Amino acid sequence: MNNIPEQLIWMIPGLPLAAFVALFILVRSLKIRSNLNGYLAIAATAASFALSLWVAAGLFNAPAEHGITGFEWLNLGGILVIELGLTINPLTGIMLVVVTLVSLLVQIYSLGYMHGSKSLNRYFAFISLFTFAMLGLVMADNLLIMFMCWELVGLCSYLLIGFWYHRPAAAQAARKAFFITRIGDFGFLAAILLLFTSAGTLNVNDIHAAAIAGAVSSTVITWAALGIFMGAMGKSAQFPLHTWLPDAMEGPTPVSALIHAATMVASGVFLVGRMYPLFELSPTALSTVATIGAVTALFAGTIALVMHDIKKVLAYSTISQLGYMMLGLGLGDVAIALFHLFTHAFFKALLFMGAGSVNHSTGTFDMRKMGGLARLMPWTCATFVIGSLSLSGIWPLAGFFSKEEILNSALSNQPVLFAMALLTAFMTAFYMFRVVFLTFGGEYQSRLKPHESGKVMIIPMLVLAVLAVSAGWLNLTGRLTTILGHGHEQSWIYGFLGIFTHPLAWISLAVAGSGIFLAWAMYQKRWLSARKVAWTFRSAYTVFFHKYWIDELYEKYIGARLFNNGLFNLFNRFDAVVIDGTVNDVAGLNLKSSKAIRTLQNGRLTQYGLVFLFGIAAIALLVIFTG
Amino acid sequence: MGLQIAFWMLSAAAVIAAAGVVWQKNLFRAALLLVVCFLATAGIFVTLSADFLAAAQVIINVGAVAILIIMSIMLTREVTRGSPANRLGVPAFFLTGIVAAAIIFAVFKTSWPLSGDLPAEPTSSALAHLLLGAEGFELVIQMGALLLLATIIGAIVLLKENK
Amino acid sequence: MVPGLEQYLILSAFIFSIGLFGAVTKRSAVVILICIEIMLAGVNIALVAFSRFITPVELTGQSFSVFVIVVAAAEVAVGLAIILALYRQRHTIDTDKIDLLKW
Repeated sequence: MNNIPEQLIWMIPGLPLAAFVALFILVRSLKIRSNLNGYLAIAATAASFALSLWVAAGLFNAPAEHGITGFEWLNLGGILVIELGLTINPLTGIMLVVVTLVSLLVQIYSLGYMHGSKSLNRYFAFISLFTFAMLGLVMADNLLIMFMCWELVGLCSYLLIGFWYHRPAAAQAARKAFFITRIGDFGFLAAILLLFTSAGTLNVNDIHAAAIAGAVSSTVITWAALGIFMGAMGKSAQFPLHTWLPDAMEGPTPVSALIHAATMVASGVFLVGRMYPLFELSPTALSTVATIGAVTALFAGTIALVMHDIKKVLAYSTISQLGYMMLGLGLGDVAIALFHLFTHAFFKALLFMGAGSVNHSTGTFDMRKMGGLARLMPWTCATFVIGSLSLSGIWPLAGFFSKEEILNSALSNQPVLFAMALLTAFMTAFYMFRVVFLTFGGEYQSRLKPHESGKVMIIPMLVLAVLAVSAGWLNLTGRLTTILGHGHEQSWIYGFLGIFTHPLAWISLAVAGSGIFLAWAMYQKRWLSARKVAWTFRSAYTVFFHKYWIDELYEKYIGARLFNNGLFNLFNRFDAVVIDGTVNDVAGLNLKSSKAIRTLQNGRLTQYGLVFLFGIAAIALLVIFTG
Repeated sequence: MGLQIAFWMLSAAAVIAAAGVVWQKNLFRAALLLVVCFLATAGIFVTLSADFLAAAQVIINVGAVAILIIMSIMLTREVTRGSPANRLGVPAFFLTGIVAAAIIFAVFKTSWPLSGDLPAEPTSSALAHLLLGAEGFELVIQMGALLLLATIIGAIVLLKENK
Repeated sequence: MVPGLEQYLILSAFIFSIGLFGAVTKRSAVVILICIEIMLAGVNIALVAFSRFITPVELTGQSFSVFVIVVAAAEVAVGLAIILALYRQRHTIDTDKIDLLKW
């Protein structure tokens, strides 16, 4: 890998951390308030990105696994030895590039989007901390460090969703995200402990080796894999732990682009990919992953059809696409899932930036109040359309290639899941172009005068647009999936055009095209009234619009009834009756006994004399009877 | 024979007088019964050939201690209240019984190294030699003197009128 | 029957126990003091009896008895002084009412 000095690899996560420390401690105490904060964070991330690119380029040419031993961090009597080390392999290489690049672009974009906002240095500090944690999560070579970074990204997500903490909705959403991902993290932690007790190590590669060698029983592997997947479900917002992600849109839009579209939510997919040898050993876990992924993809897609909030559509779309990745993983192929993660990161970040750009000039996320923005915001419109096309899977954009791989794999393995994925693809195309036509087509609905965003926002979008078009081409020769473990190399021209020798390509293109056409017909040409369609399918529409009442189920039934009234009430009673009761009774007993004993100490001389006499008599008897 | 009669009579007197002190409700009479008890004790000392101690008992206990007690009874006007008992009579009786039984048991259980020698008479000069002689308890006697001095001073300090 | 050591010791035990009983059951401080004197008298009888029957020539027991008398005299003097001081201050010498030791 190009013989990069180890110190430089340490600097990949080290630089954002340094930026965080500098921003949070130094700048905070020195009270410097200017764009300098942003530039500092951007510089650190840019350097980190350059190094990542260097590493990834090396890995692309010569894929290999490199371990970088750090220092011993914790040694508990030789039983538990935690070494702070890094792992570099093709998987992490791709993640490094995605994380640092998206982070860099988002930070540049933030300079424009967040301009004039208060406490910018807190914002950039948290973004830097997030970048560090994400890189640490990607590079960590043992599960404990990984888990720490995993929690740290969760914390950053919480902090950044609640960046405008004075807005109750934002604070609420932050808390919700924190709690719901915590449910998944519980599974992850349990899996870590399970693996540690059976494999005796926390090092990822050692665990894999032990599992493959058969040193770990298959039951343990299945449960550990399911636990890890539970963590991934929480982070990647898979059904039924998805409800936090749409609410997380309360955070600043660049944060949504970075954390809730491109990187953190994808870390669940990465985690499953990282621990993939375990999943490969457990067919149960794999089929669970595939099923949950497909269900989530379809389920979130249906909700995205009816949302009015542009960011909510994108959020459900993200959930849906993450479901796609999980489906890819579950079908037995890390490579295709990671390929989709790679392309998705770019076009979804681009779409979020586009939504942010629209919001920046119109002041709303509600699509009913937009329209006709194509003329007013040409750059935003162009890049947004590119992102949408890419997401819908139109040849030759990035999304087409990565989706194609997943559909192909599903077709050859699980026809039912393939059908669900195809339906999802149709819906994806439809709801994305519903957004496009509602936002950019038609007539402008409001009186505000929107304007194109500044260069500092447009340039990152352009970069991402280029990537949204071209990121898929990296795999034209099959190189990317090959270094990730699965795939076969071919000539690029075959990859580019030869794919049409397979009927699936035509099918998926037709499906995406029909979705786009339907959206065009309904929202641009208005041949079909959206309202009438909604009325015709009103029962389905109601279900979708209320998001299957999952939030209500959680809040009213599971949260309020089951936990609050049922379980917690029970605990409360238990606490009041058993625990407090015990304590009170013990205290009461003490009180009573001390009251009884206190009468002995009444200060009366003669009574003391009697006690003294009693002692003498007792000693006398003792001496007599024991000799 | 005469010794025997004297012992039993004096013993009876001492025990009855002691019991009377405890029994007697009248404080003043109790104090007087104490004098009787002391005198009977002095008599018992005589039957034990302890002539000096008998004299000392009469002079110190009967002559000084009893008078002191009677005077303090008068000074505190306790006579009007009598000699009330508290409510610990029953347990105290049993416990005292146990202690007495234990002592008597020990008396009979122990094999005493009895000496057949005739007692020295008179004892005063022998005691003087023992207490103040070259190998006697002179230091202890000096400490006793010091104790008495301290007592006198202490009593004066305690009873000095606070001005 | 010529009284031996046992008879004297039993007498001593009786007088001592009577004094002890009185010391524990009486409420008046003066009476308690009197009872203590009776206990000491009982002890003296035992000491002199030991002196007569075990060391009739050396008189060890009698010399102890002398000290007991000395200490008893001192004790009575101080005890009565305390009782008088107490009486001046609290106008009672009933030990059931003097329960400052409780605090």
